[in-house]
Amino acid sequence: MKLRFAITACALAFASGGLYAQSTLDAVKAKGYVQCGVNTGLAGFSQPDSRGEWKGLDVDTCRAVAAAVFGDAKKVRYTPLTTQQRFTALQSGEVDVLARNTTWTITRDTSLGLNFAGVSFYDGQGFMVPKKLGVKSAKQLNGATICVQPGTTTELNLADYFRANRMSFKPVVIDKLEEVNNAYFSGRCDVLTTDVSGLVSVRGSRAPNPDDHVILPEVISKEPLGPVVRHGDDRWFDIVKWSLNAMIEAEELGLTSKNIDQESSSTNPAIQRFVGAIGDIGKMMAIDNRWAYNIIKQVGNYGESFEANLKPLGFERGVNELWTKGGILYAPPLR
Amino acid sequence: MAGASTPGPGAAARRSPWSLNNPRVRAVVTQVVLVAAVALGIWYLAANTAANLEARKIASGFAFLDREASFEIGESPFVSYSAADTYRKAFVVGLLNTFRVALIGIILATLIGTLIGLARLSHNWLIAKIASGYIETIRNIPLLVQLFFWYAIISENLPGPREALNPLPSVYLSNRGIVFPVFASHPVHLWMGVALLAGIVLAWLLARWASARQARTGQIFPIFSTGAALILGLPLAAFLLAGAPTALDRPALAGFNFAGGGVLTPEFAALLAGLTLYTAAFIAEIVRAGIIAVDRGQFEAAAALGLRPRRAMRLVILPQALRVIVPPMTSQYLNLTKNSSLAVAIGYPDLVSIANTAMNQTGQAIEGIAVIMAVYLTISLSISAFMNWYNARIALKGARR
Repeated sequence: MKLRFAITACALAFASGGLYAQSTLDAVKAKGYVQCGVNTGLAGFSQPDSRGEWKGLDVDTCRAVAAAVFGDAKKVRYTPLTTQQRFTALQSGEVDVLARNTTWTITRDTSLGLNFAGVSFYDGQGFMVPKKLGVKSAKQLNGATICVQPGTTTELNLADYFRANRMSFKPVVIDKLEEVNNAYFSGRCDVLTTDVSGLVSVRGSRAPNPDDHVILPEVISKEPLGPVVRHGDDRWFDIVKWSLNAMIEAEELGLTSKNIDQESSSTNPAIQRFVGAIGDIGKMMAIDNRWAYNIIKQVGNYGESFEANLKPLGFERGVNELWTKGGILYAPPLR
Repeated sequence: MAGASTPGPGAAARRSPWSLNNPRVRAVVTQVVLVAAVALGIWYLAANTAANLEARKIASGFAFLDREASFEIGESPFVSYSAADTYRKAFVVGLLNTFRVALIGIILATLIGTLIGLARLSHNWLIAKIASGYIETIRNIPLLVQLFFWYAIISENLPGPREALNPLPSVYLSNRGIVFPVFASHPVHLWMGVALLAGIVLAWLLARWASARQARTGQIFPIFSTGAALILGLPLAAFLLAGAPTALDRPALAGFNFAGGGVLTPEFAALLAGLTLYTAAFIAEIVRAGIIAVDRGQFEAAAALGLRPRRAMRLVILPQALRVIVPPMTSQYLNLTKNSSLAVAIGYPDLVSIANTAMNQTGQAIEGIAVIMAVYLTISLSISAFMNWYNARIALKGARR
């Protein structure tokens, strides 16, 4: 990853002004695919399946952007990134969009030169411990050894939480997700901490016996996860932002990949606008007017993606439910 | 060069001492042009970087060093560090951790490497073959793989702290590392340090006096044993004078982990083992080469002069072997120091690991890389300068090649 930082430094040093003058949309269209930065392997969010195809909620965001731009959700190439590589990869132009369960914070939004294109999953940081330790609350973790990934908001929240509660801990900080999980399961650490979604995913997919591990009730932070793009290209920012919103809006409108063809003939003007039969929303973003139809037809709405990727691992919708059903998912109007 | 008023610039230039045909002028001009090109290149890169950072609204500058780091560091044996400290202090902790593993690694690798190098020259067939086997195996496996191997051995095979192995009283072996008792903090420790320094200085003065006297009178003074007695004896005397305080700070299981005592974490142990054993394999070959390089005749000549084997080794053989050994040894020390940055992979908080985290939290990759480069350059040049000085000292005087 030192190399990756060095590449960024070089890219910043050598790139002429021209590279940034060209819009990301034009560059993406010219090369014929969206380069998407994803997790190195987090079940439910981004992980290759047995056939080597990437699957997950974050992957579906990438596919939605490809469907909007090309009318073909398959035109995506994936770059697996560790926590330490992700921002430099985006800043240096190695990826066009970063959909890698990344928390939206003000520092990242401003001083890192990034734009968060919305929230695809509302999360919070939690702690997982082996059941045999008999720990019931995070307040009992004084003196514990804790496995954490570096360069994350998790690492900072962890230090904050222990400071606020006047407790101490020993961090074991490893960059690769695989290695940090190994360290926890081998007993090098008493506790594994990351976003609760990550804990559920790791417990469901990596634990030798998932029932041996408990996730403590305390959720110590807000972790809104969403796709990220570079500062300074508003058109591309708009496309990614509204691709995500379209998936949420479709669920609210009751549009799914199964029924969107027959619903297209509906007289509901909101649906007519959505599928591009009336109005010119797509043209305003310089993409096909049927962009939203293509997303839903090929990727599905938010609820379908959640069902397919996260339900099997034991996730509940919780706050990630539509605002009309008691959650906080709320897409601005598509008009 | 030729002004507008000079007629026939070609003809004038041929006669002028400033002509490009003059080799000295040509040399100066070439160098000026080269320096200007390099300076222009650096200026272009710097200006372009600044412009690109500005265009993307990425923060720059070293002001972040004084901001609160807000992250914890796993081990910081020399200075106390907490998340409330600054990035600057976090970098210092990382630097000290790098120094710690590099320094101990260099010492251990030299000792083990020398022993194995000698073993490979042994007339005992088994010892020689074991040494060759070690060298060929270790130096042909990538270091990163070895680090993962040692880390897995420690963290996966040892039991948790509550079932820790207890091979010696108050020494516990678990996947949290080795914890062992240390002497409880006592004022005499400071005095013992002072006594140690005094011993070293006295031994050095004594050695100078002894060699001067030998040059004058030919009498030999047993400097090795006297020096050792001074260096070890003075701290021991300070210890005894203070009433030999042997109170121990014993580790004990408290909650999740052991409290008190000294600790060797699995990350440090794995990194040290990996670096030491890997570098020792190379050092062994260097030592072997150095000894073979000394002609057999030198042993015989020394013996013919009436030198005893030990003095022959110290005065005749070793100085010649060292001339062959020291330059490649310098490279190995530099390699070991730089290889310590592989610590990132197994979670030892060395400079690179801390800098990576800082870069990621602040987004200031260029500044972070600059710090890493400056630090490694400084360390490497220091080691290099020391070894060059040592090499010059032991080189054949008047035979510069």
